Amino acid sequence: MLADQVNTAVRRIPVWLVYTLGLLPAPWFLYLGLTGGLGVEPIKALEHELGLLALQIMVAGLCITPLRRYAGLNLLRFRRALGILCFTYVALHLLVWLVLDVQTLERVWADVVKRPYITIGMTAFVLLIPLALTSNDLSVRRLGPLWRRLHKLTYVAVPLGAIHFVMLRKGFQLEPLVYLLAIAVLLALRLPVLARPRRTSRA
Amino acid sequence: MANRWKPDLTERDVTPESVYLNRRALLSGVAGLGLVGLAGQGHAQADDLKPNTWEEITSYNNFYEFGTDKGDPAKYAGQMTTSPWTVRIDGMVDRPADYTFEDIMARMTVEERIYRFRCVEAWSMVIPWNGFELADLLNMAGVQSGAKYVAFETLLRPEEMPGVRFPVLDWPYVEGLRLDEAMHPLTIMATGIYGRDIPNQNGAPLRLVVPWKYGFKSIKSIVRITLTDTQPPTSWNKAAPREYGFYSNVNPEVDHPRWSQASERRIGAGLFARNEPTLMMNGYAEEVASLYAGMDLAKFY
Repeated sequence: MLADQVNTAVRRIPVWLVYTLGLLPAPWFLYLGLTGGLGVEPIKALEHELGLLALQIMVAGLCITPLRRYAGLNLLRFRRALGILCFTYVALHLLVWLVLDVQTLERVWADVVKRPYITIGMTAFVLLIPLALTSNDLSVRRLGPLWRRLHKLTYVAVPLGAIHFVMLRKGFQLEPLVYLLAIAVLLALRLPVLARPRRTSRA
Repeated sequence: MANRWKPDLTERDVTPESVYLNRRALLSGVAGLGLVGLAGQGHAQADDLKPNTWEEITSYNNFYEFGTDKGDPAKYAGQMTTSPWTVRIDGMVDRPADYTFEDIMARMTVEERIYRFRCVEAWSMVIPWNGFELADLLNMAGVQSGAKYVAFETLLRPEEMPGVRFPVLDWPYVEGLRLDEAMHPLTIMATGIYGRDIPNQNGAPLRLVVPWKYGFKSIKSIVRITLTDTQPPTSWNKAAPREYGFYSNVNPEVDHPRWSQASERRIGAGLFARNEPTLMMNGYAEEVASLYAGMDLAKFY
C-alpha cells in the first residue's frame, strides 16, 4: 500500500533534519531584508513573512492527525518539531514587530490594549507559551493526561492566529480567509461526530 | 494659473536620478534656483527629506484593481490600455464632455511638485510629481455656482484588471473631495514622475494627488469627474466607515482604529530605520488648515 511505503520512507527522515530545514528561512529572510530582497519596505515584509510562515506551520501541524486517521499516514514523530518551529516563528514575528516596527514600549502596550487584531494575536502567542515550554519528554511524563488537555490549547491559538491575519488586512481579502477556512475544516475533522467512524470500523 | 504654489521640497532635495537630471539640465536651473530662496520656512523636516527613487516609487504600490500585494500593480498594471483615454467631466459644469487625454494636456500647464506622500498604512515616500492643478481642469469645464463636491471614478476594465475578480472593494474605485479642497492650489492631477510619463501602477495616464490626505484619496487612472452638490460616496469609506472617513486628512493625533498614525516608516530607509513622526496635514497644515477651521477633526476624520 502507498501509505505504508510512505510511512517506511518517512521513518528514515531524522527529526533533527526537520528542525534544521525548518529554521533555515529565518536567516534567509534576514539576509533578504538586509540586501533589498524583501522590497523597499523590508520591515513589514519581514514581519509578514515570519507571521505567514508560522501560520503555515500551524496548518501543517493540524494536518498530522487527520492524515493519520483518514489516509493512514503516520507523521506523528514530526509533530513536536512543527510545534516548536511554529512557536519560534511566532516569537520572531513578534520580535520584529516590537523592535523594528513599533519601536517604543509604551506604543507596544497601547497597541496591545487598543487594537483588537493585536490583542488577538498577542493572546494566541501567550497561549502558545505553555505549549512550547511543555514540548519535551519530561513534561509529557510529568503531566500525564493533563498534557493532552493542555495541548488542546492549540485548537484555540491557531484559529486566533488566522483571525489576526484576516483582521489586519484592509477590507476582506481572499488569502487570509483561505487560511481561516482550512483551519476550520481541519478542526471540524476532529469533532467527535466526524471522528467516530474509525473506532466503530476497527471494532 | 500655474505656479501659484511654491513647494517646500525643491530641486536640491532631488535624488540624482539620471533621467531626471538630464531633463533638468535642458530646462535650465533658473526657475529651480528661484524656488530655493522660498524654501524651508516653517517646515522643519523639509531640508533633510529626499525624494524616493524611481524604483521605490514604482515598485511599492496600492492599486487593488491589480491585486492586493504591494508588488501586484508593478507586475500586472502593464496590461492596462491607457491610450486612447478620455475623461468624462459632467454634473454641475458648463461644458460637460468626454475630454481626451491629449485634449487636456494641450490645455494644461505641467509643472513639478515634490510632495510628501503618506499612506494610511503608516508608510511614506517623497515623490517628485509632474502635473497640473486640478483647479485648472475644473475651470476648463466651468464649475457651476451650486457645485459643492467633486466625485472621481477610476477605470474599471475587468479583462485588464485581475484584482477586480475579488470583491475587496465595490468596483469601480470612487473618491471625492469638497470643492474648496479640489480647487486648492496644492491639489494636482499628476501625469508624470521624475519628468517621465507616470507608470500604469502609479495611476496612468492621470491621477489625483492631494498631499495632505492619506494616499487612498489620491485616486488613480481617472475616467470620470463629476461636480455635485451632495457629498459623493468614497470606496474605502463604503468598505469600512469606522476606519476611513470622507476627509481622511493626515493627522498624527487621530489614530486608525487598528494602528497608530503618530509615526510613519519612510520607504527605502531600510530594516533598522527609526520611525519618523507624522506631521499634521502631512506637513501642509500651514497651507490647508484654514479649510477645516472650526471642524472637529476627530469627528470628521
